[in-house]
Amino acid sequence: MNMLNIALPKGRLGEKAYAMFERAGFPCPSIKENNRKLIFENEEAGVRYFWVKPSDVAIYVERGAADLGIVGKDILLEYEPDVYELLDLGMGKCRMAVAAKRDFRDDRRRTLIVATKFAKIASDFYASQGRDIDIIHLNGSIELAPILSLSDVIVDIVETGTTLKENDLTERETIVSISARLIANKASYKFQSDAIGKIVASMAKQLEETT
Amino acid sequence: MNQTNRNRASSVSDEMCALYESYGFTQYNMSKFEAYDLYVRNKDFLISDSVITFTDTDGKLLALKPDVTLSIVKSGKDVPDAVQRVYYRENVYRISKGSHSFREMPQTGLECIGDLDTFCLFDVIRLSCLSLALLSPDYVLDLSNLTPVSALFTRLDLQKPLRDAMLKCIGEKNLHELRALANGAGLDETAVKQLETLVTSAGRARDVLPGLKAVFTDEESVNAFAQFETILRLLEGAGLGDKIRLDFSVVSDMKYYNGFVFKGFVRGVPHSVLSGGQYDPLMRRMGRTSGAIGFAVYFDELERYLSEESPYDVDTVLLYDAQTPPETLEQALQSLRQTGVSVTAQRAAQTTLRCRRLLKLENGEVKTVYEHA
Repeated sequence: MNMLNIALPKGRLGEKAYAMFERAGFPCPSIKENNRKLIFENEEAGVRYFWVKPSDVAIYVERGAADLGIVGKDILLEYEPDVYELLDLGMGKCRMAVAAKRDFRDDRRRTLIVATKFAKIASDFYASQGRDIDIIHLNGSIELAPILSLSDVIVDIVETGTTLKENDLTERETIVSISARLIANKASYKFQSDAIGKIVASMAKQLEETT
Repeated sequence: MNQTNRNRASSVSDEMCALYESYGFTQYNMSKFEAYDLYVRNKDFLISDSVITFTDTDGKLLALKPDVTLSIVKSGKDVPDAVQRVYYRENVYRISKGSHSFREMPQTGLECIGDLDTFCLFDVIRLSCLSLALLSPDYVLDLSNLTPVSALFTRLDLQKPLRDAMLKCIGEKNLHELRALANGAGLDETAVKQLETLVTSAGRARDVLPGLKAVFTDEESVNAFAQFETILRLLEGAGLGDKIRLDFSVVSDMKYYNGFVFKGFVRGVPHSVLSGGQYDPLMRRMGRTSGAIGFAVYFDELERYLSEESPYDVDTVLLYDAQTPPETLEQALQSLRQTGVSVTAQRAAQTTLRCRRLLKLENGEVKTVYEHA
């Protein structure tokens, strides 16, 4: 039997997603053990789960190391992997937003300096507005950039807005709403269609029941 | 690609070329370079829009070919009632999505250009299946037709950004965002239903096609549906029915493609390895009146699939020492090679060289140090 490989993002989102897979008939009890293992297998159910860094899930799926994966829409927009986006799981909800210091005034006569982890999303957003920008790519603590005058604004994920508030920043504009998506490798979708179809149908039903 | 993999890929490619010749296709050889201008005018047709360019001695800007189809289309002439059938085996130069750098990518493919009828389309789709079969018996061809989507977009008079966004959703089987786009644009219930049917209908062509009749509504689409049925019947007659999946998520830029589009997959390769379709709009853009259909098999996607893992670098290592006369060594090596195995002579056993058998030449005699099964 072909094992179905599923990449889960490490953390709470991955755990919630696993619960949905379990309810879909693909349990793997060993995944709940508290250890540092990264791969868990249930041969009987024909499934193998692995924990990966959330931003890497799409790569695992696109390259076929995983047949299915759970990934945030932010990653899909930023990296545009060649995968099927089968379901919006409605979990891990947040938004991609522009934030700046409270007293920031946008002077359109000069290039806007944007600090972000999401260069493509930021570029596409400002290109759609015809705004000339310069991007500073940062990997973390993005909120520091405007405070230290490294950038005018930041483009980042906002969940509750607490971090922004505590750093004296305000949200200026929402670029796009983000939530977790079920993605599939395009080739796996052809060769593992029964198992993937079963999961998609069950998860869609689970989502219907919760809304 | 290493030598072994290249040989395997090359022999599969040889078989493909022989197959195309047996179906009356003739080889099309072309120059490695092409005027850059050709690609600038048709930038969106290229898989990646970056091209390696250089200036020729006469000051003309040339490019290393990133694509084969454009060159074939450019050089042909329209002849009424005639069909030009050519195949090619060429390297193209494109940016690899993974490494973000230019790579040489071997491609084998064919083009059928001219007054195309249903049989010509069937013939090319069949050859795409037979090409995949040369790679693996475990393959599928995803077949789609752009006519109903194109008709729907025209009927709804959708603007290009919305068309592109919807096409992207169809390509990703992204029903949730397609619904959101359709609702946001205020599309009627029928249109939303048709789009949903297109995204959700996938599977064995014979099972899925009847349910799609409701999507092929306008006159052009009704004709396309009839043609679809005929081609499917012919493919089934050729014993290929089980290999064809109908999947409308196979979409291509409608500025260049129309009608049938398809992608081929083999088990074990995470990407499509074959891509093809009808490209009449490209022909019109290039001032041609003929119809056209073709496909390419991407061997760069097959590198890992075609590689054969060998536990050994060489079959036999023959050890010798400084006192061994060269004539004796040569004689021993010759007789070993005559048994059909790969042999190398070394002064000392190397830990980096993996061999199946280690022999030692002592006083003109070959002795076995070890030998794996």
